[in-house]
Amino acid sequence: MNAAFLAGTEAERRLLPGGTLRGPTPYVIAIMTFAMMIVAAAGLALANAAGVVAGAVEHRYVLQLPDGGGGKLEAALRTSRSAPGVTNVEAVPEDEMRSTLEKWLGPGGLGNDLPVPALLHLELAPGADAGRVGAMLSRAMPGSRFIAEQATVQPLLGSLRALRWLAVTLVLLMAAATSAAVVLAARGALDTHRSTIEVMHGIGATDQQVALLFQRKIALDAMVGALIGGVLAAAALLVIGGGGLAMANELAGGPPLRGSDFLLLALLPVAAVALATLVARFAVLGALHKVV
Amino acid sequence: MARRRAHAKSCRTRRGGPLSAIVEFDSVGLRYGTGAEVLRDLDFRLAKGGFYFLTGPSGAGKTSLLQLLYLARRPTRGRIQLFGQDLTDAPRDVLPDYRRRIGVVFQDFRLIRHLSAFDNVALPLRISGKSDAELEGPVREMLAWVGLADRASARPPTLSGGEQQRVAIARAVISQPELLVADEPTGNVDAEMAARLLHLFTALNRLGTTIVVATHDVGLIARTPGAQLIRLEKGSLTDPTGSLRNPPMGAQAR
Repeated sequence: MNAAFLAGTEAERRLLPGGTLRGPTPYVIAIMTFAMMIVAAAGLALANAAGVVAGAVEHRYVLQLPDGGGGKLEAALRTSRSAPGVTNVEAVPEDEMRSTLEKWLGPGGLGNDLPVPALLHLELAPGADAGRVGAMLSRAMPGSRFIAEQATVQPLLGSLRALRWLAVTLVLLMAAATSAAVVLAARGALDTHRSTIEVMHGIGATDQQVALLFQRKIALDAMVGALIGGVLAAAALLVIGGGGLAMANELAGGPPLRGSDFLLLALLPVAAVALATLVARFAVLGALHKVV
Repeated sequence: MARRRAHAKSCRTRRGGPLSAIVEFDSVGLRYGTGAEVLRDLDFRLAKGGFYFLTGPSGAGKTSLLQLLYLARRPTRGRIQLFGQDLTDAPRDVLPDYRRRIGVVFQDFRLIRHLSAFDNVALPLRISGKSDAELEGPVREMLAWVGLADRASARPPTLSGGEQQRVAIARAVISQPELLVADEPTGNVDAEMAARLLHLFTALNRLGTTIVVATHDVGLIARTPGAQLIRLEKGSLTDPTGSLRNPPMGAQAR
């Protein structure tokens, strides 16, 4: 689609009168583009967040000891550090464990005779055999549990992925609704200009010549609509993103949307215009095929 | 696409033969929906360069016959050849090429209301790909010929019935069609303009255009020496009466 196609000749523009913004098409496309961009931005942010969370815990494991006293914690630290593929081990300090447990058991609830469990955070090298490490630690420290942190956050990751797919589905549904609106607009325009089409056909115009007029008109409407929707969505994203950026940076360890995401979002209005133009062409050609 | 190829092949095989007729109807019938046939068993040939009047009472099927001629409808039975090609079942994407060789003056003019007289007349040339520079002269000339040089920028709703009819005629003849089909072309014009239009048709005919005019205007027929007559009654061709001259070539009563 180029400028010459959109502009057409003066005579071609005169054939189908009625400027842009006169019918509902630009407004429908503006609303759809706005909604698609917001939903797509949310979907991309969720996908990024899921990626950050999954990436952060991908190689992290926890070793739980029911009782860290009597030198068991130190022994666990030594064994863990010597395990193949383990790159880092950190024990949660006993004071921290006690204060955490006191939140559950109440002040003084944790007497001197109750064992204080120990917790070790292990980081494995990419490609390390976590199963082998877990088996080795279980053998060395009976009663211990070796847990992948990914398993802990799996429900959250599942929810984030489901929301991302929901966003994709919503964008596709809105694209379908836009197409349906364009089909209705094209049929309406065909009805409005039926006499012009009959005359054009009668004096030798091809379906392609007629379709091009409608395609151009709807492309212009779609372009205006997509521009309005796109600008409003960008403004909304700036306002929403500006307010939550600092928090999002802190939570996710980076901005919720990356450069490639902005590029993708910027392409959505272009895709909406292309879709509307294509749908208009097929709708018009389909309708013209029903006449002689 | 396959139908278009088959049609092209059929055209190539026919090109070798002599083309004495521009239109050939062979047992043509037409019905709308499930109703009775409005045209029945039409068998006739129109010679290239001929001048034909199509007459008959209202409701006889004149407009339907003209619609078959300018390819706005397909027959429900029989065969129609135009320009030496059988177009009965021709794929629709080849029809525009043939329609561009036919000029049509519609009974209700069918001018595009929002276009100026100039743009209405220029439309066939624009459709055939002429640039604004190429069509400017011929369109102005044609408008002058039909007496509407000073109304070039007027839109149809501001034109009188007669003026609209002249714009319709100018549009039909601007591309010098091989076949001109006119449905009551003098119905809304005064006697002087009717004479001028007839003169235009005759001039076009002398240049080789085959003319088919549906009319009730007996005077028009009388003023056209050499014209032949096709008379329709209740959808069938009838024998010309004694008052009518030169029955159409090959016309058969059924």
